[in-house]
This record gives sequence, C-alpha cells and structure tokens, in this order.
Amino acid sequence: MAALTPIVADPSGYQLPVMQRRILRYTIYIGYLALTAGVFHGLANALGYAGVSILGWFPALQNYYQGLTAHGVANVLIFTFSFSNAFLPLMTARALSRPLSSGLLWASFAALVLGNVLAIYAVVSNQASVLFTSYAPLQAHWSYYLGLALVVVSTWLALANMLVMVRGWRRDHPGQRTPLLAYMSLASYLMWLLASVPIAVEFLVFLLPWSLGLRETVDPLLTRTLFWFTGHAIVYAWLLPAYISWYALIPRQVGGAMISDSYTRIVFILFLLLSIPTGFHHQYTDPGISTGMKAAHGFLTFGVFFPSLATAFSVIAALEIGGRRRGGRGLLGWFWRLPWGDPSVAAQLLAMLTFVLGGATGLVNASYTMNQVIHNTTWVPGHFHMTVGTAVALTLMGIAYWLIPFLTERQLWSRKLALASSWIYTIGVLVFARGMISGGLEGMPRRTFMAEATYSSPDWVLPGIITGVGGSMMFVGVMLFFIVVGMTVIAGRRTGAPVDIPVSGTLSPPARSGWEPSLDRLGLWVIVAIVLILIAYAPFFLSYEPNAVSPGFRLF
Amino acid sequence: MKIHVYEKGFLAAGLVVLIGCMSALAYASFGRHIHLPGVAGQVDPRNLSNTPPFDQPGVREVAPGQYEVVVIGRYWSFTPAQVRVPAGADITFIATSADVLHGFNIEGTRLNMMLIPGQISRNTYRFDEPGEYLLICHEYCGIGHHTMAGRVIVEAAATGATTTGERNPGS
Repeated sequence: MAALTPIVADPSGYQLPVMQRRILRYTIYIGYLALTAGVFHGLANALGYAGVSILGWFPALQNYYQGLTAHGVANVLIFTFSFSNAFLPLMTARALSRPLSSGLLWASFAALVLGNVLAIYAVVSNQASVLFTSYAPLQAHWSYYLGLALVVVSTWLALANMLVMVRGWRRDHPGQRTPLLAYMSLASYLMWLLASVPIAVEFLVFLLPWSLGLRETVDPLLTRTLFWFTGHAIVYAWLLPAYISWYALIPRQVGGAMISDSYTRIVFILFLLLSIPTGFHHQYTDPGISTGMKAAHGFLTFGVFFPSLATAFSVIAALEIGGRRRGGRGLLGWFWRLPWGDPSVAAQLLAMLTFVLGGATGLVNASYTMNQVIHNTTWVPGHFHMTVGTAVALTLMGIAYWLIPFLTERQLWSRKLALASSWIYTIGVLVFARGMISGGLEGMPRRTFMAEATYSSPDWVLPGIITGVGGSMMFVGVMLFFIVVGMTVIAGRRTGAPVDIPVSGTLSPPARSGWEPSLDRLGLWVIVAIVLILIAYAPFFLSYEPNAVSPGFRLF
Repeated sequence: MKIHVYEKGFLAAGLVVLIGCMSALAYASFGRHIHLPGVAGQVDPRNLSNTPPFDQPGVREVAPGQYEVVVIGRYWSFTPAQVRVPAGADITFIATSADVLHGFNIEGTRLNMMLIPGQISRNTYRFDEPGEYLLICHEYCGIGHHTMAGRVIVEAAATGATTTGERNPGS
C-alpha cells in the first residue's frame, strides 16, 4: 500500500498541557454522567409502554413528564454537547499541535457547568416539565431557559477556541492546507454555530423574557418554528463528531486508511450547507405553514441524505482496507476479520450497522404526506434511538474506550464488560426500535404515559411489550458502560508512557493547487450556507403574521 | 481529485433512489391528492367562544355529502369529545387549541395534525369503513396528557349508496 498522507500537522504525536487536559476530562465526565443519569427515565419510559410503571422507584420524581424532560435534556443536549465541547477542541489541538486558549477553555467549561446547574435545578424542582423541545405556551422556570442558553454559549466558546487555534496555525503556515482533522472539527461546530442562532433567539428574545414576566405573551407557532429551525440541524451537530471518529480515527483502529482528503472535506461542506434549511419537515402536520414551504424543505431533506450516502461508501471502504490487510478474503470476508475484540471498534461498528436502519426510517419521516402516518407516534423515537440513540451514543461510548484511558493515563478496566455493554445495548435498541416502530405504524403515541392512559388499542399491546424488553436491555448496556468507565477512572492500571490519539492518514492526499485549496475557505462556505438558509426560510418569515396570543401555562 | 469508479456507481445509485423517492412523493400529492395541512387562518385562542366556527363546535353538513367537523382541544379534553359522521362523505376537520399545543390523530387514518394556539388546522378525509375511531392528543400538553382522547363514530351512510372509489379525494 502507498504511504498514507497524514491528516494532522505532526504525526509523531502531541500532548496538551496538563491543566487543559484536565478541563477536557471534566467536560467529558459531565457528558457521560448525563448519559448515565438520563437513561434511568429511559427505562421508565420503555416499561411504561409495556404497561409497567416504575415511577415509584424514583422518590424524587413528581410525575412521568418531569422524568421524560430529564431524559431528553440529559441524553440529547447535555451528553452530546459536553462530549463535543471537549472532543472537537481536542481533535483540533492534536491536528495542529498547538495548545488551546486556556481562557476560552475555562469560559466554555464554566458556562457548561453553570448552565447545567440552572437547568438541573429547574427540572429537579418540577418547574420545567416541558420536555426538551420546550414548546410554548407550556412555560418553564426562567432558570431552565437560561441554563440551556448557557449550554449553547459554552458550545460557541468551544468553537471560538478552535477558531483561534486554526487562525494562529494558518498565520504561521501560509499557503499550507489546513490539516484535515482540524478542518472536520471546525466545520462541525461552524455548522452548529449557524444552526444554533434560531434557538438562541427563541430562548433569549422570547421564552426567557416571557418566563420572567417581561413579555406577557408569545407566538406558539413562531417559537416552535424557531425551535425546528435549529432542531433538525442539531441532529447533525450530534452526528458529525461521530462521523469524525468514523472517518479519521476508526480506519487507524482497524488498520485501514481514509480514502480521500478532498472527498471528506466536500462531505463536511455539504453538511454545512444542507443541514439547516430542512426544519419544516418536522412541522409537516403544523397549521400556518404553507404546503409549498413544507415540500421545499422535504426535497432539501432528501438532499442532506446524500452526504451520508457518501460517508457510507468512504467509511466502509476504509474498513474493507483494514479487514483485507488483516487477512479477510472474498466479498464480505474482510468484515469478520475486523478487530471485533477491540471494544472501541466493536461499539462503533455496531453503531454504524444500526445507523443503516436509522437512516432508512428517517427517510420515511421526511417523506412529506407519508409523515402523516407516523408523526408523533412511537415510530419517531423508534427511529431516533437508532440515529442519535445508537449511531451517535454508541459511537461516543466506543470513543470513551480509548479517550478515557488517553485522558486519565489508565488502562481500560474491563474489555470484556465493555464488549458486553455494546452488544447488549445494540441488541436492546434493535428490539426496542422494532417495538416502537411497529406500534407507531398503529398510531401508538410518543411522549405519552401509556401505563396510565385512559385509552388503549389492542394493536399496541405487543409492540409495547417489545419496547419494554428492548429498553431494559439498553439500560443494562449503559449501566455496564458506566461501570467500565467509572472503574477505569478509579481503578484502571496506570500506563507508564503517554498514548496518542488513533489518527489515520489518507490514500489520496490534499492537492496544493487547483480548485481544491478553496475547500479550506470555510468563511466563504459559511456565507454560501447563510444564503441557502435565507432562501429556505425567508418566504415563511417574510409572509408570516406574528400572532402572540399565548400567556404561559404550567400544567405540571 | 480522483473518485473511484465503484464510488461513482454507488453515489449514482443513491441519487437514483432518492430521485425515485421524491417522484413517488410528488405522485402521491399531485396524482393521488393526498395533502398535508397548510395555511388555514389564525384565531385568538382566548376568544374562541365568540369566533366562528369555534363558537359552535360539532358536525354540520355544508353541502350534500360534505361535512365540517369543528373541534377545540383544551387541557385535557376535546370539545366535542365524540362526533358522528357518515361513511363515504368528505369530512373536513377544522380544529384549534384553546391553551397549549395539542395533537389531533385519528387512529387508522392519515388524519394527523398539530393544534397550535392562534392557528387553525384543517384537513379533509373520507371514511370508507363504518366503525369507532379513536381520536387522541399525541402532543405533550401537561401531566394529564395521557387522558386526552375522543371518539369519531362513522355510521353507515343512510342512502347506502357509497361507492368504492378514490380513498382520499381532493381537499
């Protein structure tokens, strides 16, 4: 095989200053703690569909929907963004062999912690049982909105840290291509920066002043539209850090190679451009939005499927190279030769396989009129537990199996338990999703305490039981993960020498001339993305007549 | 930039699949007249009792074989909680919320709408099969959310003259 082109400035290694590494470690801990805390009510939800209520086991819990709010906030907001706030700057620093800005690192960490404290206070005291989507006019305590806004601010500060690093590196290396690993990390959070502006407006301009009594009423459709303006792109903000691992790290872990530098950059640019102008496909059944706008966003949603298809090819090709070098033969023989005994690899391979089903069910969600069959049914959580709930969550768990040893300089506590965690979780999520998806097709509603519902349908009984069984396995999987990570931190054997991050190289190198260097001009691509967003959303915002008719309701 | 021939083939096949999906959707919407709710006007949720048609929730025949059903969602019930409509007729549901977000989903049909305070939701459907259909709120609306349901009773048409034809007529 030809020599690989590095995707970092210095392939020989780089270690961050100890203090910076410590802050990144604590940031990561917040994320994995949030994952673990959040799945307790995940178990209660799944069993609720099986007709079993275990709320009595949670003495601090005042009602089902308080727990459901905690599940959503902890697992898709705090877990994902805490992880990314540490992972993306770490990848950038490794790629450029430069330290982070300590000031920005502290500021980002402080905003994340303070945001968590405020949001946890509001949720635990049952003053914010509005679910993570925060739809007005259900009104939460102001500390909930401010807390989540601070979490968003912490992501902006993490992005600022990466921008400072990349700008500094470019200044010192004029005319050179930005190392690919830094490029992917920066592009991910630049996309999120654009995507997060609408939810920041929703929270800071409307919901926070409204919860403080400074605004009497809000417009429920307008705030909901702002939420989904961010709300679809947010799933790509969760997914792209996992893609970075699949593209840039997993090939090294399996002994393969990244395929192409430019191709990878183009995929990340496509996500930057196409992730955001798609939000109305979450509002297909909403009143007050024209069917033309809904159709336009539907087509764009199919468009953003394309870079994921491209990713499938690249990632599988990188795996195949690894599998064949390890002696795999034939059409699929290479697949079984991948290092399935490495818990970090096994978790992420299982995450990728599950993502195929997640993507396919996502296309159904996006399918315009077909959405009327499954909107707000359990089909939707069935779908997204295979995307964010597995493709992202299980990848982030798999990353932990090298990242926690890397950050603590301790060996992973138990490879066997880690492997068991991933397999139990994956089998669990496939069973769970089978239950939720079949129930959803029969109209079983999501976000509903079925164990105490006053209505029922015979068609929901079996899907509910399957959901409960699968959800219980997922819970066991995450608990095993927590034990492995916790024991690694406390009791893992100390490694003498510092280890490096598993960084791959590419088969086809970045070009130094021609059109390809213009891929690095992310500022330009951000402007193109803004133009696309304006085209996709301006017709709605210019023609919509605000109807701020809703005072706050606290029905919890 | 080199793109491998297999990769070109894979992406081309992917594009064909996506274009096929989009064509099927266009056919469903324009060829078979299956529609999503769109813009149907605004309303003040604090003043529904004085705003037609929400001042008189319920069923009314607007033309031979055409009915309107006006429904209000409020925590945690629908008004009216039960409606009777004939099979084989075009039924237009006109609904809104008096307080927070609610859902409006009729079991076994494609009638699936959000009820948003300030906005009017509207969609048309023809029930071919008589029977009882469960209407549920499928958007979280407070701690009593799982108790919010209603019923649509579809009665065999008096004339018995329903013909089997397009399941989802134009709305």
